Amino acid sequence: TRSSSKLSDGITGIFTKRKLDDAALEELEDLLITSDLGVSTAAKLTANLAKTRFNKDVDPIEVREALADDIAAILEPVAQPLAVDPARRPHVVLVVGVNGSGKTTTIGKLATDLTRKGHSVLLAAGDTFRAAAIDQLKIWGERTGCEVVAKAPGADSAGLAFEAIEKARATNKDLVLIDTAGRLHNKSDLMAELEKILRVIKKLDPEAPHDVLLVLDATTGQNAISQLGTFKELVSVTGLIVTKLDGTARGGVLLALAEKFKLPVHAIGVGEGAEDMRPFKARDFARSLMGLEN
Amino acid sequence: MFESLQERLGDVFDKLRRRGALSEEDVSAALREVRIALLEADVALPVVKDFVEGVREKAIGQEVLRSVTPGQMVIKIVNDHLVETLGSEHSALNLTTTPPTVIMMVGLQGSGKTTSCAKIAMRLTGKEKQKVLMASLDVRRPAAQEQLRVLGEQALVKTLNIVPGEQPVAIAKRALQSGALEGYDVVMLDTAGRLAIDEELMAEVAAVRDATKPHETLLVADAMTGQDAVNVASAFQEKLGITGIMLTRVDGDARGGAALSMRAVTGCPIKLLGSGEKLDALEDFHPDRIASRILGMGDVVSLVEKA
Ligand SMILES: Nc1nc2c(ncn2[C@@H]2O[C@H](COP(=O)(O)OP(=O)(O)OP(=O)(O)O)[C@@H](O)[C@H]2O)c(=O)[nH]1
Ligand SMILES: Nc1nc2c(ncn2[C@@H]2O[C@H](COP(=O)(O)OP(=O)(O)OP(=O)(O)O)[C@@H](O)[C@H]2O)c(=O)[nH]1
Ligand SMILES: [Mg+2]
Ligand SMILES: [Mg+2]
Repeated sequence: TRSSSKLSDGITGIFTKRKLDDAALEELEDLLITSDLGVSTAAKLTANLAKTRFNKDVDPIEVREALADDIAAILEPVAQPLAVDPARRPHVVLVVGVNGSGKTTTIGKLATDLTRKGHSVLLAAGDTFRAAAIDQLKIWGERTGCEVVAKAPGADSAGLAFEAIEKARATNKDLVLIDTAGRLHNKSDLMAELEKILRVIKKLDPEAPHDVLLVLDATTGQNAISQLGTFKELVSVTGLIVTKLDGTARGGVLLALAEKFKLPVHAIGVGEGAEDMRPFKARDFARSLMGLEN
Repeated sequence: MFESLQERLGDVFDKLRRRGALSEEDVSAALREVRIALLEADVALPVVKDFVEGVREKAIGQEVLRSVTPGQMVIKIVNDHLVETLGSEHSALNLTTTPPTVIMMVGLQGSGKTTSCAKIAMRLTGKEKQKVLMASLDVRRPAAQEQLRVLGEQALVKTLNIVPGEQPVAIAKRALQSGALEGYDVVMLDTAGRLAIDEELMAEVAAVRDATKPHETLLVADAMTGQDAVNVASAFQEKLGITGIMLTRVDGDARGGAALSMRAVTGCPIKLLGSGEKLDALEDFHPDRIASRILGMGDVVSLVEKA
């Protein structure tokens, strides 16, 4: 892609016939910063590289490979697919995140993937606030052949989640995927509403929701740290899905998230279609960040 | 969460108790902190570099005012330069004298185009007594046209009737026709979200532009955007020619460095801010407020002036 090739061009430019000196390290750090790794993570990675290679003649590929390895090592522990427990009927997945990050679309993609794997899935139109959000999920229901539990706009979303789980029990579904309205993490009233959904779900099943997925837009910069911090604290996020990685943004902030929160990254979104979801692979992600072929 | 520039510079200048003019070393030490503060606020690196050089030129040799510390002096210079770069004067929507004015909303997926379209339409209808027609050209995202229709109802703004299967250019032309025939002052075109590197979709929106010749092409961008802001803004500018920027989700706690990045690479004014999900959450752009936000501090100017 464009940004990773720009990044790799940059690195090739830095290191052709050059020693890994302070200036080269600084330029390398800059390049990491332009992928949203953040100042401190970028500094840490370059410092680490300098430990073994400072003032040595290095070729650009070698430097990129080494950095990609370091990045992959950080991400490896968090690369975990969503695990569906067949003992739970239903396995309840609550999908949360800031406005427009890709929650509803991700539910469509998850439903596509899960039904293909033979699971029966019920969708719950828990975004009763945004205009036509219910219609949007219903279209995803048609596309994936999954039943959608919905109420009128403005209905109580906690009540809807409750009904959806009851319905899933009655119809013996494997999973319920609950959509929620987008909300900024600094809005306490909206976060309280999400906490209420959680409480109500627990009345039916104290173990539920079994997964609370935060959907994060890869274009997001350093604010992602504050997003995840608050959502994790208030609604016990259990894992992440990163969307829009088909664009020019590389989602480098994921590194800082992995180090700070150590939460699983289950999948990535690479387009708007039902099929456009991939497992998160640490090595692939790291190599693409460094502009290397997989 | 992040240290404000004030805290950062406080550390640097606490060590220097010197008065007089700012020396080159003082300024360099301070600018290292300014650089980090801007990067943590998500200002894009190339923009940070230019900005820091601009501040350096202004700062070296400046007399430190008797009443303030060198740190506060630098903050003031940084703040003033930031306000200037963000665009000092307010820049309103360009409404033509020969209606209908065409306003097209463009941007990445999920940035807030549809909501912002309805917000602007509601403001124009109410405060400015304009007769506004909105049309959704989004034939891709599920229920996108329905979304605009519902928002139109909420905002008491007319929307073009939906014809299933009709393609974006045809919808846009029909909107303009209705606009002219039915005496609308403003026709607003909401487009589907697209990636700037998606050649096909960028060509589609360019075709809409050619067919409708918008007076305003607003790039709608999320205040939480990171370093990618420069790629997005310059690509939309290059391929489409934008006339202004609308920054959404300023009701969040992002520092909003994307505003500076986008303004700097496109030269286009930031015209409006989205500050909530509701349709009245629309604000005019005030550079000083965004500047203090990027720097992570309250009212910078009064702070320095009081000192
Ligand atoms: N290019 C790209 N677009 C995506 C991806 N995922 C979602 N989108 C698009 O992003 C936009 C927003 O997606 P939604 O699923 O509606 O986002 P949401 O989080 O449900 O939004 P709200 O409910 O309004 O908060 C839509 O135009 C989607 O098609 C992705 O992986 N890549
Ligand atoms: N908090 C907040 N939310 C906003 C703002 N502007 C838009 N939103 C929300 O962001 C989400 C996406 O908004 P849309 O207007 O659907 O975005 P879009 O750009 O039209 O999306 P696509 O058409 O899918 O590309 C919705 O949940 C909106 O309510 C804002 O200024 N603040
Ligand atoms: Mg949604
Ligand atoms: Mg839209």
